[in-house]
Amino acid sequence: MGERSVWEKAAGAAPDRGRPAETMSGLPLDGVYGPDGGEFPGQWPYTRGPYASMYRSRLWTMRQFAGFGTAADTNQRFRELLRSGGDGLSTAFDMPTLMGRDSDDPLALGEVGRAGVAVDTLADMQTLFDGIDLGTVSTSMTINSPAPILLAMYIGVADGTGVDRSRLGGTLQNDILKEYQAQKEFIFPPRPSMRLVTDVIRFATAELPRWHPVSISGYHIREAGSTAAQELAFTLANGFAYVEAARTAGLDVDAFGPRLSFFFNAHIDFFEEIAKYRAARRIWARWMRDRYAASDPRSLQLRFHTQTAGVSLTAQQPEVNLARVAIEALAAVLGGTQSLHTDSYDEALALPTEKAARLALRTQQVIAEETGVVHVADPLGGSWFIEDLTDRLEAEAEAVFARLEEMGAGSMLNGVIAGIEDGWFQAEIADAAFAFQAKVNSGQWVMVGVNGYRDEDDSELPTLYIDPGVEKAQLDSLGEVKSNRDAAAVEAALARVSREAAQSEVNLMPALIDAVHAYATVGEIVSSLEAVFGTWTEPSRA
Amino acid sequence: MDRAKPGLSAGRLPLRVLVCKVGLDGHDRGIKVVARILRDAGMEVIYAGLRQSPASIAATSAQEDVDVVGVSMHNGAHLTLAPAVVQALRDAGLDTPVVVGGIVPEVDRPRLFGAGVAAVLGPGASNEEVVETVRAAAGTGGGA
Repeated sequence: MGERSVWEKAAGAAPDRGRPAETMSGLPLDGVYGPDGGEFPGQWPYTRGPYASMYRSRLWTMRQFAGFGTAADTNQRFRELLRSGGDGLSTAFDMPTLMGRDSDDPLALGEVGRAGVAVDTLADMQTLFDGIDLGTVSTSMTINSPAPILLAMYIGVADGTGVDRSRLGGTLQNDILKEYQAQKEFIFPPRPSMRLVTDVIRFATAELPRWHPVSISGYHIREAGSTAAQELAFTLANGFAYVEAARTAGLDVDAFGPRLSFFFNAHIDFFEEIAKYRAARRIWARWMRDRYAASDPRSLQLRFHTQTAGVSLTAQQPEVNLARVAIEALAAVLGGTQSLHTDSYDEALALPTEKAARLALRTQQVIAEETGVVHVADPLGGSWFIEDLTDRLEAEAEAVFARLEEMGAGSMLNGVIAGIEDGWFQAEIADAAFAFQAKVNSGQWVMVGVNGYRDEDDSELPTLYIDPGVEKAQLDSLGEVKSNRDAAAVEAALARVSREAAQSEVNLMPALIDAVHAYATVGEIVSSLEAVFGTWTEPSRA
Repeated sequence: MDRAKPGLSAGRLPLRVLVCKVGLDGHDRGIKVVARILRDAGMEVIYAGLRQSPASIAATSAQEDVDVVGVSMHNGAHLTLAPAVVQALRDAGLDTPVVVGGIVPEVDRPRLFGAGVAAVLGPGASNEEVVETVRAAAGTGGGA
């Protein structure tokens, strides 16, 4: 199947970071190992990696997620990250923003600026990116239900600072399906939400050539308690659903396929995680080519970001988390990740302190610079164990796909939505979470410091303290924006949002951009959409 | 703290527990596991789901006549929301004990207890600790 000569040509043509590819003893290393007729990285079916030369050409992006307090607080952190050589920005929004609520909404009480940065209007976004050139930086925004509104605000900042939209680079998470299944930050029902996702894909395809409009995320599915096989299967099924929705909206698969990206968890079961990433690449390539008729190789190459598993961290003996994170990060790198966030050791207790966040980044640097694992692509490929695990995870995922297709009468999109509406995904994940808890409780699974190797004198760590004054400062600045804007313009822009929301063939992005320019708030825009789309309440069961 | 209801003093009726998420945070892995643990221990569990407010919790507690309220929080808002839940219950004339579960730094616990929270369950609690904490909060000493 694979051809060494093709690989040699591709690897030879790829850039070289210029580090000597040899062991510590000076033994020279090839870029890949395996038989001539076997699989090669950068070649169909991409099991061994999306690119021929992998980390010899370019290390993964070390992208640490940050956000807290007011936009001005996070802007300071962003500038500091860029000054110290950070690769890109990754924005964490607070819960009210994630849920499309303004800071002065009664339901936002106590949550403003707590778990991320508070953004109510374009003014906050302008402060957040003040002094940062959006034409050169790459920005990841972790937001889902209100994602089109926050993207509109990012575009609003660019418009206001004279940066052409075609130069905007970054990623919008915009993965609503896993919200219904796992993270539960949903607002609207699934169908209108899918329309919003598709509108963003269509808009980005036309106007934002450097933007990744969806990051299809298994991370939260896993954190909610799924197994590795479920994470793999549910995430790829969601990916297929987005592809079907975009194709149904009339987009060519190769027009948007190369801009889709993924986000996986790196949990503690080392080999299973590596096999999961390998299986994901192979499955995606096959489905995109055979099922969705993609022909651009970039549409077939699954590229992914990874974050180490927050749920694997323990509040007990928290320094031990440094070891867990290092092992998980190594699995992500051996699995060929394109980008990585390493958790901080104190995150089972609170948002990370600066010291803990620095150690997390240093962990990635040790893997990149000292361990030598970057010289050879897919170093575990060909291991009987890894290949067998890869095959078995793939088979598990295919069984789930078959079930979902049956639920959707041949459509993955309909199958996934049916699975959400009747609570199937949620129940599968809750069952797996309970089964794991049962293993820990019975001692079949030992977590160091929790149900084994306990210390009675668990030392107390200093944790990050968020100033309660943040909420007041945010409310004051929101009040000021509201009193200084043109109320009639806001009203007209919001009326347009509602009007166009009711017209399913209209792309909502222009109306949203118009509304944020008028300084309409996230909450006001969400309400205008809710008036047409309605809201979603999941079936309550435990 | 003796909050046992007269009807439970005989220790025969199963404890009724309302569990839910309060605030905007949707991380429901823990609360769903806790709901099953309590149910397996013989309690009657009412799972009110996501995005409950102090007022809705008080209303449901009154309507369902529960013995204990369990709220789960992973959003850093426990210092604001947990006392608000206790207050809403007391304002409604209920003395129902409140157990908080989730990510609560040790340093914040005294303030929660000061605000009337009966107990806090952190990550890593065993099934037995979960059940015992709820029973102790209900003041029935193993009535379930």
